[in-house]
Amino acid sequence: MTYLIYDSSFEGLLTAIFEIYDRKIEDGFICKSDSSVNQLFSTHILVIHNELKAERVWKKIVAIIGEEKAKSLWKAWLSELPDTENLIFRVIKYILSSNSDVLSDYTNPDILQISQTLKMIGREKHRMEAFVRFELTNDAIYYAKIEPDFNVLPLLIKHFESRYADQKWLIYDTKRDYGIYYDLSKTEFVDFPEENDLSKPGVLNEKESHYQILWQDYFASTNIKARKNTKLHLRHIPKRYWKYLTEKK
Amino acid sequence: MIERIREKLNILADAAKYDVSCASSGSDRKNSNKGLGNSTGMGICHSYTEDGRCVSLLKILLTNHCIYDCAYCVSRKSNDIKRAAFTVQEVVDLTINFYRRNYIEGLFLSSGIFKDADYTMERLVLIAKKLRLEERFNGYIHLKTIPGASDGLMHEAGLYADRLSVNLELPTDAGLKLLAPEKDRRDMVQPMNYIKNTIQLHSDEKKHFKNTPKFAPAGQSTQLIIGATQETDLEIIATADKFYKGYNLKRVYYSGYVPVLNDSRLPSLNTLVPMLRENRLYQADWLMRFYGFHASEIVNELHPNLDLDIDPKLAWALRNMHAFPIDINKADLHMILRVPGIGIHSANKIIAGRKFAHFDWEGLKRIGIAVNRAKFFITCKSRIIELKEQSSDQLKQHILNLSKTKYQALQATQYRLF
Repeated sequence: MTYLIYDSSFEGLLTAIFEIYDRKIEDGFICKSDSSVNQLFSTHILVIHNELKAERVWKKIVAIIGEEKAKSLWKAWLSELPDTENLIFRVIKYILSSNSDVLSDYTNPDILQISQTLKMIGREKHRMEAFVRFELTNDAIYYAKIEPDFNVLPLLIKHFESRYADQKWLIYDTKRDYGIYYDLSKTEFVDFPEENDLSKPGVLNEKESHYQILWQDYFASTNIKARKNTKLHLRHIPKRYWKYLTEKK
Repeated sequence: MIERIREKLNILADAAKYDVSCASSGSDRKNSNKGLGNSTGMGICHSYTEDGRCVSLLKILLTNHCIYDCAYCVSRKSNDIKRAAFTVQEVVDLTINFYRRNYIEGLFLSSGIFKDADYTMERLVLIAKKLRLEERFNGYIHLKTIPGASDGLMHEAGLYADRLSVNLELPTDAGLKLLAPEKDRRDMVQPMNYIKNTIQLHSDEKKHFKNTPKFAPAGQSTQLIIGATQETDLEIIATADKFYKGYNLKRVYYSGYVPVLNDSRLPSLNTLVPMLRENRLYQADWLMRFYGFHASEIVNELHPNLDLDIDPKLAWALRNMHAFPIDINKADLHMILRVPGIGIHSANKIIAGRKFAHFDWEGLKRIGIAVNRAKFFITCKSRIIELKEQSSDQLKQHILNLSKTKYQALQATQYRLF
């Protein structure tokens, strides 16, 4: 087995795939630099992302299946699921060898798995569009923390930009320790060295707690007790999301 | 100050919750003015109540004061409950502040009728207008129009709202006469007609003039209360079908009657909400809107009520065994959609995938169809054929034994009570 250890960037993954083709590696297996592969009798290749090499692979894929569908491979990679790298590699291999758009070949298990991964990513993105709860700070920034299952922040920018064009907002992924910040003209990736504590006195706007209480009231009043269905409730809002939901706190 | 708002919100959200519509989809209001919000494409459920219903909009009444005395309604005049009324500004502030925190997609505003229809409608329109023009709000607004309101107000409502609805409430005219004798069906149908015609007019004009103002871009919907009177499913589906076709409705909502009042004309207070029946009606509704079924294929004079123990698609298939089995690798989409256990997404995957290779049972399982149910109605690339000679009744029993429906527990209790 030849292990290609890449630097955990998408360009790195594309570079690794370039190397497999370039060096005609038959038994390539791609893994992240932080994964623990330490087998004595295998070859290790350390891959540092290379823009030119990544670009060549990317352009080739785009030429065959188009930009929109090529992007779906990147989205699948954001899932961070174990072994997604090799799944993406196998799908790219299938695309290149057939030299046609095979992404709708649902009789192929790899294609099916990619489409299922994309479905999961799409669901998580949609959940975050729903479950983000902004709190207004004294700096007039609407601030939300999230802990999504997958790395979906990059996929959220467009939605929140077009929705909240007239307010400053910040969405922070506490699990991956970075955020997206919109300053009324553009959105940028940000990270903070230390945790921003919203519970400190004076950080939140004085009206903030009013609206949180009103929202909690509303949530309780709109429930119909005679129709109680806890199972359905939990299926829609699994408990792991409750931490940052104002109405479930 | 906040205590007063809290009390109003509690009363007026509580009174509005029996309106089951929560849709926030299907509009096309882009945030092109760098204002607040946009409503394009998919709706979003921001939360779910403990009964499992979607919370998408701030759903409130402007007031629960009402001059009418409809027996099925909690806000009826003769009911001894606390009454409250929001001011226009209070509704605007709540909507904007909830929206900015990403709690909601927008506002669903309805009202008890105070003074008269136009007086009430005027205030609802004023709120929508203020949100659009003063707050530059592009979120979703659903206005429930007041039966009997004038065409002029209806028109203005359509200019600011994304969706308009008039609730038919009772599926039959006889039911309406019994429970809401002061209301006239014509007062409900007339505004629906006006909305339909005006939407049509605007979409025609839009073809010629790009700047034609929007008029209720997310269309109109209505609600039917289920189980408050003795109607059959045939009567309900026929009414829904008539309004889908005749009035271009986007949605018909079915609301299982929640017993809230003691009245000899109504089911008694300890009656359970007919949730299973409601679910079957939604399944039937889906079959009509997305699966190409005619209303008469689902319920008819011979079968006036939906089966509670099996879904309406399986029921249709069991009544039409002569149409099966179909070859999954050859049949057209129309027939694949009629196979129990295959949904729209799976059906599309079958059509797309079979261009590359034929499906066998494993492949079908992988794309997520319910093979344990579909296998009796299809053949595929496999020698194993599951469809054995058995009567519809045997097959039904067989499938029932195989699958556990999520409603089984509920079903057991509901059977016991009826």
